Amino acid sequence: MTESREQNVTGVFELENVSVTYGSEVAIAGVSMHIPPRAVTALIGPSGCGKSTLLRCLNRMNDEIGSAKVRGRITLDGADIYAKEMDPVELRTRVGQVFQKPNPFPMTIYDNVAYGPRTQGTRRRSELDEVVERSLKRAALWGEVKKDLKKHAFELSGGQQQRLCIARALATQPEVVLMDEPASSLDPISTQQVEDTIAELKEYVTIVIVTHNMQQAARISDLTAFMLRESMEEPAQLVEVGETRVMFTNPGDKRTEAYITGRFG
Amino acid sequence: MSRRIRQARLTQTLAVAITGAAAAFIVTAALFLLGYILVRGLPAMSWEFISQPPRGQMKAGGILPSIIGTLALTSGTAAFALPVGVAAGIYLSEYAPRGRMTRIIRLAISNMAGVPSIVYGLFGLALFVILFSFGTSILAGALTLACLTLPVIITATEEALRQIPSDLRQASLALGATRWRTIYRVVLPAAAPGIVTGSILGLARAAGETAPILFTAAVYYKRQLPTSIFDDVMVLPYHIYILATQVTGRPDDIIWGTALILVGGVTAGSVIAATWRSLQRKKVRW
Amino acid sequence: MTAPAIRRQRVGRSVTSRAADSIVRRLISLNGWAAIVILAAIFLFLAVNARRALEEVGFWVMSLGTEWYPTIPTPRFGFLPLLSGSVLVTATALVLCVPVSLAAAIFISEFAGGRVKEVTKSIIEFMAAIPSVVYGLIGIAVVVPWVRATFDTDSGLTALSGAIVLAFMIAPTIVSISEDALHAVPNSLRQGSLALGNTRWETTYKVVVPSASSGILAAVMLGMGRAIGETMAVLMLTGNAAVIPDSLFDSVRTITGTIAAEMGNVVQGGLHQSVLFTLGLVLFSITFLINLVADLVLEKQRRRWQR
Repeated sequence: MTESREQNVTGVFELENVSVTYGSEVAIAGVSMHIPPRAVTALIGPSGCGKSTLLRCLNRMNDEIGSAKVRGRITLDGADIYAKEMDPVELRTRVGQVFQKPNPFPMTIYDNVAYGPRTQGTRRRSELDEVVERSLKRAALWGEVKKDLKKHAFELSGGQQQRLCIARALATQPEVVLMDEPASSLDPISTQQVEDTIAELKEYVTIVIVTHNMQQAARISDLTAFMLRESMEEPAQLVEVGETRVMFTNPGDKRTEAYITGRFG
Repeated sequence: MSRRIRQARLTQTLAVAITGAAAAFIVTAALFLLGYILVRGLPAMSWEFISQPPRGQMKAGGILPSIIGTLALTSGTAAFALPVGVAAGIYLSEYAPRGRMTRIIRLAISNMAGVPSIVYGLFGLALFVILFSFGTSILAGALTLACLTLPVIITATEEALRQIPSDLRQASLALGATRWRTIYRVVLPAAAPGIVTGSILGLARAAGETAPILFTAAVYYKRQLPTSIFDDVMVLPYHIYILATQVTGRPDDIIWGTALILVGGVTAGSVIAATWRSLQRKKVRW
Repeated sequence: MTAPAIRRQRVGRSVTSRAADSIVRRLISLNGWAAIVILAAIFLFLAVNARRALEEVGFWVMSLGTEWYPTIPTPRFGFLPLLSGSVLVTATALVLCVPVSLAAAIFISEFAGGRVKEVTKSIIEFMAAIPSVVYGLIGIAVVVPWVRATFDTDSGLTALSGAIVLAFMIAPTIVSISEDALHAVPNSLRQGSLALGNTRWETTYKVVVPSASSGILAAVMLGMGRAIGETMAVLMLTGNAAVIPDSLFDSVRTITGTIAAEMGNVVQGGLHQSVLFTLGLVLFSITFLINLVADLVLEKQRRRWQR
């Protein structure tokens, strides 16, 4: 991927020496990485290594959770997202998130997807219809639900609910979608469907996905970042980041090799 | 079987029997209360009873003014207590920082729930009737009862909101919704059944209160129905009190009929609310 | 590529939206303080209205006075008859109510199965929803004649009659709060005891009840607070003689009953009214302290199991 191609494309994250502290405890220290646009970047590592924490830095959801403090510099398309004039609420319309467990709102399928656009002030029915249809199509759910958009979201299966949540995140037309182990609570078939959806999505958005499933990372990501917390006293660090293909066949760091060959974690 | 074990088993059986008897005793008492009110109140039931004002020094006729008065007073209570109570519940569940001040607020709320109702009556008399010059009126009574009901509504709201998984809030925030929009569009609708039920239970209790309205709203006898919020009113609980203690030659039918209407109304409200909530819960599981 | 157009529309969330969010936050926070404000206001307004009595009669003269004759030309405002009436009725109600209520709570929490538990709890909840004036009415119809016949008193309107009815009124409070306390004891403790070869009952009184003791204490205190503050039923049942009672079969008058019965007949702004507000202040202070201690105990217990 060359710099010139990236110029027209939005959804580029640049992390410089990012660290996160909770009170006096340093959770993550010194993470620097480049997240390319229109690609899937996977964050892998053993549980408790700060993957999800790092992910939540990217849409400032850490702001909502108690005492987290982020240092360093994170830019999205060149703009510092922790700068004073950056409004976290607006940032989140550009950086969507899909959570570990499917969490549709207790409303109809249509209202779930239309929630984001309505929040941004879209009221026209035709416009909403269009967004809902496009988002559901991109999330590969349209075919299954187009006849009953008025159905309550809770009537969908777990896998369908998760794809609904993806559609909901897409409806605000974000540049980036963050996914926090989006398939960990799903059965194998639903997981497959969600993975297929992700693969198609990178055509439109940048995707950053946290997963503890190595095969999943290998299957769907272009770039992989391996994080590790070597002991409870130390903060988590970024061990290495690189093209997934290379990393899984020829890891640069002993610890990465140990992890992906299943020797710990 | 060793002696110890045999003895232990015997005590176990005895203990279950004794504690069970205690529970059965209380349940029986409750059922007796209900049955007694029904049996004595039913003979008075008639269309006239609920649609006519009292006649013959309140020893005949109906109780329409009291029914209307109680409804008016309770609606007024709801109008004042609901907005403040729900807002306070939202504050505690969604905005309040963990800390000393929040702890004190919580203590104040549960303490408020234990303040004797007659003290609320004195407070209402001093503040609403005398200082604000509302006089003995629906307005003063409703404000007084609203204070008394507030802790119930706050607690119900907070509990209902807490049951909404934090996942939903995060999903909404991650879509670029503000905190208030998240609460208003996602959290509140999901918690509505719990809030409504808890509030109705609180309002039902307020409807049955006598002591707080003795000097703030209730009137002994008044033929006309209230026309403004500055009117004093006849109310069911006070009517029962008056009939039972102040009217010579107690008109038993009318007293028990009034009691049945009051208990029936209060219970029906509570039962309908509770049933509705459990139906909603079955529909939506987290 | 439609993205740039869409972004232009989005950038800079409107100032009104941000302002609205912060205004709503402030409005809601304001309501959060309602409870504290009202509690403080209650105290303030009782105190302001009690001032005249405190100045003209004096707190100790009222508190230690043994005679209550508020309407004679040189009135006597002694609280002791009323205080002793309240204490006698409340104490008797607790003696009658606590053993049965605790036993019932233990049964519901430790021995009753799902369905029985649910039905019992909702019936007891119903009991709590009956208005106090209706309790008073049933007391007049059932308890008073029984007391008159059984104990051969003149009218049957005695401290005992009030206490009996009060015992039923506070039972739901004591049962449900102590049941909560028992229920909150973690199951691991029960299983530990059962695994040592104890029966359920041995487990209950050796492990569960001691673990829940502070919550049970709080339940009794809250029941007590409710009993002292109860107005209508005692007003209708205790006969309202404002003299220090010798026995349970005397007619007594409680603090609450006095306020309820006399406030309607006083001159506004007069001394008698101010004395009644003082009485309210005393009542408020008593229940405030009882409730505060009970709430602190409950809070401590909750934290204990949270860990």
